[in-house]
Amino acid sequence: MDGSLRKKIGSVATWGLTFILMVVICVPGLWVVLTAFRPNGEVLAKPPVWIPEDPNLNNFAKIFGFGADQVAIPVPAYFTNSLIIALTSTAIALLIGMSGGYAFARYRFSFKNGLFLGLMLSRTVPGIALSLPIFMIWSRIGLIDTKLGLIIVYVALNVPFTIWLIDGFFRQIPKEMSEAAQVDGCTRWQAFWKIEFPLAKSGIASAGIFAFLTSWNEYALASNLTRSTDSKTLPVGLMDFTAQFTIDWAGMSAMAVIIIIPALILTFLVQKHLIAGLTFGGVKG
Amino acid sequence: MAEISLKNVVKRYGKVEVVHGINLDIEHNEFVVLVGPSGCGKSTTLRMIAGLEDISDGTVSIGPEVVNDLPPRKRNISMVFQNYALYPHMSVRENLGFGLKIAKHPDDIVAERVNEAAEILGLGELMERAPAELSGGQRQRVAMGRAIVRHPEAFLFDEPLSNLDAKLRVQMRTEIKKLHQKVKTTVVYVTHDQVEAMTLADRIVVMKDGYIEQVGTPMEVFNHPVNTFVASFIGSPPMNLLNATIKGDQVVFSDGTALPVPTRLADLVRDGQEVVFGLRPDDLTPVGHGIAESGKNAKLTLKIALSELLGTETILYTSISGQEAQGKMFGPRNVEPGEVLEFEVAIEKVHLFDAVTGKSVRKQ
Ligand SMILES: Nc1ncnc2c1ncn2[C@@H]1O[C@H](COP(=O)(O)OP(=O)(O)O)[C@@H](O)[C@H]1O
Ligand SMILES: [Mg+2]
Repeated sequence: MDGSLRKKIGSVATWGLTFILMVVICVPGLWVVLTAFRPNGEVLAKPPVWIPEDPNLNNFAKIFGFGADQVAIPVPAYFTNSLIIALTSTAIALLIGMSGGYAFARYRFSFKNGLFLGLMLSRTVPGIALSLPIFMIWSRIGLIDTKLGLIIVYVALNVPFTIWLIDGFFRQIPKEMSEAAQVDGCTRWQAFWKIEFPLAKSGIASAGIFAFLTSWNEYALASNLTRSTDSKTLPVGLMDFTAQFTIDWAGMSAMAVIIIIPALILTFLVQKHLIAGLTFGGVKG
Repeated sequence: MAEISLKNVVKRYGKVEVVHGINLDIEHNEFVVLVGPSGCGKSTTLRMIAGLEDISDGTVSIGPEVVNDLPPRKRNISMVFQNYALYPHMSVRENLGFGLKIAKHPDDIVAERVNEAAEILGLGELMERAPAELSGGQRQRVAMGRAIVRHPEAFLFDEPLSNLDAKLRVQMRTEIKKLHQKVKTTVVYVTHDQVEAMTLADRIVVMKDGYIEQVGTPMEVFNHPVNTFVASFIGSPPMNLLNATIKGDQVVFSDGTALPVPTRLADLVRDGQEVVFGLRPDDLTPVGHGIAESGKNAKLTLKIALSELLGTETILYTSISGQEAQGKMFGPRNVEPGEVLEFEVAIEKVHLFDAVTGKSVRKQ
């Protein structure tokens, strides 16, 4: 009796705590989404208005230039830039991550541990601390305000993480799998693509999602390295809503929703792999 | 079906040499077992035959061809790994057919060979399952099936039974033996378990520290171990090895206990030689409870420290001249610790080894 009561209290407490945590995580996001559908005046109302009194799409219309009182923000250009930059940098980071992760997991070479540690330590430097040196170098070699400039920065930002994550996945695949495939008639390359790659797929997908989201959402470096519609990304575009004396919070929220949606869609598409990836371990032969 | 030949094969990892120039000729259809303690270089040797490790020195041939520079896929061998290494994302059927598909055999040949292997190994019901849904013994069987579908020149096994429980291990041992009789192919089998080696092998290769200690049939290795290592490694419980000195035609222990030198070895030892006296527990039996022919036996009176019942026989722990020794009691009765029994020593079964070199005393 006593034990089961204690168990019940325990489970109620666990759920309560989870609920509070989820509220803390979700409320800002919910606020942004709600604000996207209300007029700017309502944002600053006291006491706060939670549910928009007259939800409408005016903010979105304004962003795309369908209103009288707002200059259109070049959303399609920002969107294209973001997409090109995030996808390209993710693809490159994954390619390097796969080769590097495989090498760290499977081969012995000199300075291996030092190299690995070095890669991880490079993540301890906040990206923003590097923004000035990068800015100076990029301006010398003409990479300021180019997509390529951002792509290189994001690849560098993501590679340590993708290598680390993918290395972990390859490490969990016994090397005998690839050896068995080689004895079975595969070249090393075939053994990789037919056996090891499919088994590490979920890990690679997880790494890809994280890399994509990092690039997609990055603001600090992008705001320093971009100038115009040639390379400005969506998060940088958010700043277009600040004028000298006013901030269009509602418009900004609408834009934030536009930024969130592709990331959500992608995450849903890959979530099966993501979950399998994060709870890896059931693969052992 | 091919002979396999190793000539002065050396393996180095960096500067460390782990296999020191071994020579071995394996015949057509022969079942050869590499046996030795863990770390002695068995797997490394097998993997060099498979092409999964570079050969640092010497040559490996399969059939008439030196294969040193051929990748595994060109050696036409198949291998069963200790952890089976089944492909987890493929069904049993796909696992079996994988090698044939890679070799671009037409679908009907693949299906035919896969079914043939499935039949030999009794995999019928399991074909559509994933490896994760199989028991240890079934995985083992699939791994063997995957090895036989390609009709390779040779099978290589690396400790294939060590992940199974004791009962299944005995059962699979028999199946491997049957499989070999059915498919008649050269087999190189690695194990650290001397019982597996004895029961499976046509020829046993006993290895230690990267050297081959002895090659021979199970009977040869058991009955004529070339040195104290082989003597202690092969046979269970292991042979008693006791330090002694030759005095005239007697083997004398430090407390003065003396036994006659076996007549077959009388001319091969010299007076005063330090020897190791080797006696299998089967040849040290209480009077009336032995299997050796009586008559030629010497007698010893020994005190029992401990007895271990096995059913049809009992292992008796005792000591000879202060050195621990084990005897066997066939047709056992209860024996209490501290009891003193009269033992028969089957003198003609005694082995003598030189105490310095450890080598068996025998006609060269
Ligand atoms: N990749 C390696 N690098 C360095 N030493 C190794 C490597 N693989 C095996 N060894 C060493 O080689 C010796 C033989 O190993 P192995 O052939 O696996 O032994 P066994 O199979 O007989 O237990 C061992 O001492 C082991 O530590
Ligand atoms: Mg081994």
